Amino acid sequence: MSLMSIHKLTLAELQRRFTAGDVTATEIVRAYFLRVTNAEPKIKAYLTQCKEAAFAQAERLDQSLKGWRKTTPMMAMPLAVKDNICTEGVRTTCASRMLETFVPPYDATVVAKLRAQNYLLLGKTNLDEFAMGSSTENSAFGASRNPWNLQAVPGGSSGGSAAAVAADECVAALGSDTGGSIRQPAAFCGVVGLKPTYGRVSRYGLVAFASSLDQIGPITKDVTDAAILLGAIAGHDPRDSTSADVPVPDYLKALKRKDLKRLKVGVPAEYFADGLDPEVEQAVRTAIEGLRELGADLREIKLPTTDAAVATYYVIATAEASSNLARYDGVRFGRRAEESRDLLDMYLRTRAEGFGAEVKRRIMLGTYVLSAGYYDAYYGKAQAVRTLIRQEFESAFGGVDLIVTPVTPTTAFKFGEKSQDPLQMYLSDIYTISANLAGLPAISLPCGFSKAGLPIGLQLIGRPFEEETLLRGAHAYEQATNWRAKKPVVRSA
Amino acid sequence: MAYEVVIGVEVHAQLRTQSKLFCPCGTMFGRTANSQTCPVCLGLPGSLPVINEQAVEMAVRAGLAMNGTIGARNRFARKNYFYPDLPKGYQISQYEAPICEHGWLEITAGGARKRVRIRRAHLEEDAGKNLHEAGSGMSLVDLNRAGTPLLEIVTEPDLSSSEEVVAYLKALRELLMYLDVCDGNMEEGSFRCEPNLSLRPVGQAAYGTKVELKNINSFKFVKDAVEYEIKRQTKVLSEGGKIHQETRLWNHERGETAVMRSKEEAHDYRYFPDPDLVPLEILPERIAQLRQGLPELASAKQERFTREYGIPEYDAGILTSNKALSVYFDACVHLYPHPKTVSNWVMGELLRELNQAGIEADASPVTPERLVELLTLVDQGVVSLKVARDIFPEMYASSKTPARIVQDKGLTQVSDEGALVSIIDEVLRNNPAQVAQFKEGKRQVLGFLVGQVMKASGGKANPGKVNELLKKTLV
Repeated sequence: MSLMSIHKLTLAELQRRFTAGDVTATEIVRAYFLRVTNAEPKIKAYLTQCKEAAFAQAERLDQSLKGWRKTTPMMAMPLAVKDNICTEGVRTTCASRMLETFVPPYDATVVAKLRAQNYLLLGKTNLDEFAMGSSTENSAFGASRNPWNLQAVPGGSSGGSAAAVAADECVAALGSDTGGSIRQPAAFCGVVGLKPTYGRVSRYGLVAFASSLDQIGPITKDVTDAAILLGAIAGHDPRDSTSADVPVPDYLKALKRKDLKRLKVGVPAEYFADGLDPEVEQAVRTAIEGLRELGADLREIKLPTTDAAVATYYVIATAEASSNLARYDGVRFGRRAEESRDLLDMYLRTRAEGFGAEVKRRIMLGTYVLSAGYYDAYYGKAQAVRTLIRQEFESAFGGVDLIVTPVTPTTAFKFGEKSQDPLQMYLSDIYTISANLAGLPAISLPCGFSKAGLPIGLQLIGRPFEEETLLRGAHAYEQATNWRAKKPVVRSA
Repeated sequence: MAYEVVIGVEVHAQLRTQSKLFCPCGTMFGRTANSQTCPVCLGLPGSLPVINEQAVEMAVRAGLAMNGTIGARNRFARKNYFYPDLPKGYQISQYEAPICEHGWLEITAGGARKRVRIRRAHLEEDAGKNLHEAGSGMSLVDLNRAGTPLLEIVTEPDLSSSEEVVAYLKALRELLMYLDVCDGNMEEGSFRCEPNLSLRPVGQAAYGTKVELKNINSFKFVKDAVEYEIKRQTKVLSEGGKIHQETRLWNHERGETAVMRSKEEAHDYRYFPDPDLVPLEILPERIAQLRQGLPELASAKQERFTREYGIPEYDAGILTSNKALSVYFDACVHLYPHPKTVSNWVMGELLRELNQAGIEADASPVTPERLVELLTLVDQGVVSLKVARDIFPEMYASSKTPARIVQDKGLTQVSDEGALVSIIDEVLRNNPAQVAQFKEGKRQVLGFLVGQVMKASGGKANPGKVNELLKKTLV
C-alpha cells in the first residue's frame, strides 16, 4: 500500500495489514517518520525521536519474518511513549531540566511488555514537567501544539502523546493520568484516552508524580485501539505492590455488542453546574441522548462531594509529589549544580536550577500540607474527603453501570490563557480528578466540535476493573456516530 | 540532691534476610562499594518497593518472642529528609502501625529480676554510608547497605543503671540470635544500641530532659557511656545547670560524650503512609503458625535443663546464656546421659578455651562427640579424671581424638593387678610408719597411701583398683 496512507490507519487496521503481509515493518517506520518529519515542526509532540533504532528494529523484524507471518499482536506497531515512562537506553526526561540527560538502565513494565511483543518505539512525547500541568506549557523544552488549532494547547499533561495520535505521528501512544492527564488532552485533541482502574496497569517505571493516583493508559485513534493497547499493557506486576492480581479479559470481546440495552447510565447533576461552557454542555447532553437511543437506561444520580474534589486532589497529589521528587538531589543521577560550596548549597542550587516554577510550587504546597501541626488539617482531612468521594461513587454504582459526564469544562484553550493563573489551570481538571481519587476507570472519546472547530470530549466512568463495560459503552456510541471521521489538517511546513 | 536515673533504649537490629527489605539485592557486609544495588535501592526514577516476606516473618517471630502483640494491619510510612546516603530522600519505615507493640523481656541485673517493657518494634530500611576522603574534599557514597532490613526495638523508660542497660541489651541480643533473625555483630553494626537517659530528683514524677547516646558498638562502651553520662548530668544538675535535649556521640578514646545535634536542629520528618506499599495484613493463622515454629528460647531451655537434666539452676543459666553453648550441651547429653558431668566439663574446660579464643561453641574444635569420647574413656577406666583434664587442651589445640592422644603419650591407666601390686609393695616398704598406723586402726591413712601409689605410677594407676588392692594387702 502507499506510504502516504499507512499513517492514516488505526492500530487494528495496521495490525491486519501487517499480519496479512500487505505492509512490512520497514515500510511502517518509513511512512511514520515521513509523517513525523512533516508534522513535527508544527506540532512538537516529541522530545526524543528514535528513528535509527526504529529502522534497525524494523529491518530485524522483516528479516526474521521472511516466509512466515505469525506475529504477536503489537509486532511492528509504531507507538509513542510519554517521556515520564522509563525506556532502557532511551533518555527519559519528564520534560524537566533535572532529567535532561537521564537514560534509564531499565524498561518500565509496560514498555517491557510491548518490547516483548516487538513493538516499534517511534519516540518519547512531550508533557508538562513531571506530569504537572494541563497544557504542556510547563514542559522545560517548550509546549506541544494542538493539531486542530496551532494556537491552542493540546492539553496535558500527556499533551505530546495526544497531539501525536491526533496528527497521525504514531498509531497509538501511552500516557499517564494522575488527575486527567490522559483524558483531558485526548478530549482537546479529539482522540480516545483511557485511564484504567488504579492497579490495572503496572506503575513500575512510571516516574512517580502522585503514587496513589498515577496510572498509565492508552491514547488512541478509536475505542477498538484503546481495547487492544490496554490488553497489551494490563496485568499484575510483582514489582508493583499496588498492581492488582486480577485476570486480564479479552477487551476486544467487550466490543461485540453494538447496543446499550439493559445498561444503566448515571448522569450526575454536579457535573453540569456553573463553569461548564454551553457549547460543551450542548454536545455532551446530545451525546447522552444518543446513549438513550442506543438503549441505555438513564438515571439522575448525586455525587455531592464533587465540589471538594479539586481541593482534595491538590492536597494529596502535592503531598505525595513533595516526597516523590525528593530523590532529585544531584547525588546519583540527573542534573547536579556545578561548583557547590557544600552539601546544602548543592541541594539548593541543583533543585533551583533543575525544577520549573509549577513543580516548585507543588513541592512547596506538598511540603506544607505534611508539616507538623498542619498534617491533620490538610493531609488528614483530604484523605477523609477522598474516602467520602470513593464511597459516593460506590453507592452510585449500586444503581448504575456507567456514569457519563463532560471531560473538560471548555474546549482547548489558547497558549498563555491560563498559565498565569494556576488556580484556573487546576480547575480545567475538575471533571476528571474524581476518577483518580476513587481509583475508577474512565474513558474520554470525541462527541462533537465547537463552532471554532475544536473537539469536545465525552467521559464515561466505570466500576473498578470493569473496563469492559466502559469500552462497550464507548464503542457503541462511537460506532453510532461519525466524529472520528473528521481529522485535523496539519500541513507540512 | 539525690537523683534517679531513667533510661530507655532504642536498638536497630539488622535482620538476617537473603535480600534487602524492598528489592532482591543481597545484604552481605564488606562487598565492593555499590555492587549490591539495583534501580530500587538506588532510588532511580520510576522504581517501586516490594516488601520482603522473609523480613516480615522474622519481625513477627522476634515480636512474638518479645511477648509482644503483632499488628494485624501494618502500614509503611515515609520519613522524609535529605542526606546523600538516603537515595529516595525518604526512608521507608513504620510510624502509626508498627509490626509489634507492648512486649517485654525479663532481665537479671545486680542479683534482681526485672521486667523491661518494650513499647514497639518496627520494620524499616537502613541507609547507605557516606565516606569522606581525607584531603581530596570529596565525599563518596556506598549504597550497598541502603535498603537492608532493620528491626527497631524501643523500650519504655524502665531501666535505671548501666548494669540494667547492659543486661537488657545482652538478653535482647541473645534472643534475636536464638531466633536466628540477627547475627548480633555489634562491630559490623548488625546490632546498634542507642540509650536515652535523663535524671530526676528522687520522688519527682515528671521525667527530666533526655539525652540520646549514639556511636556505641560494644557492651563495654554501653556501660562506659551510660556511666559517663550519668556523672555528667548529675554534675550539671547539682551545679544548678540545665540539661539540653540533644543527641551526644560516645568517644571511646576520650571516654566522654559530645554533642552531635541539638533539638533545635531536629527535622520535621513529615511522616505519611507510603502510597507505593499497600497495607500489610498479617492473618491470625499466620501469626499462630509462626508462634508454633518459634525455637525453644533461653528461659524455656533453662527451665528444661533443670527439670529434665536435674542440673543446678546456676549451671542451666550459664549453659543457656548463649545459643550455641546450649545446643552443644544438649548434643553432649544426648550422647552421654550424665548431665552434671557434662555441665562441669562444658562450663569448665570447654568455656575456658572458648573464651580464650573468643569463639562460640558451634566453632569449637572439640565437638560434642569428641568430648563424650573423652568422658567415656574416664568411665572405662582407660584414663583417670586428672589425665583427662590434662588431655583436653591438647584435644582443643590439635583436633586429635582423645584415644589417639592417650596412645601417643602412653597415658593409658594401669589397672593390671600384677603391675599395681609391685608398686604397692614398694610404697608399703617405704612408708612403714603409716602402715603401722593403719594397722592400729587409723583408717584415714589409706588415702595417703593411695596418693603415694598414684604418685609412684605417674598418675596412671586406676585409683579404684589401688584402693581395693591396698585394703586387701593391709588387712
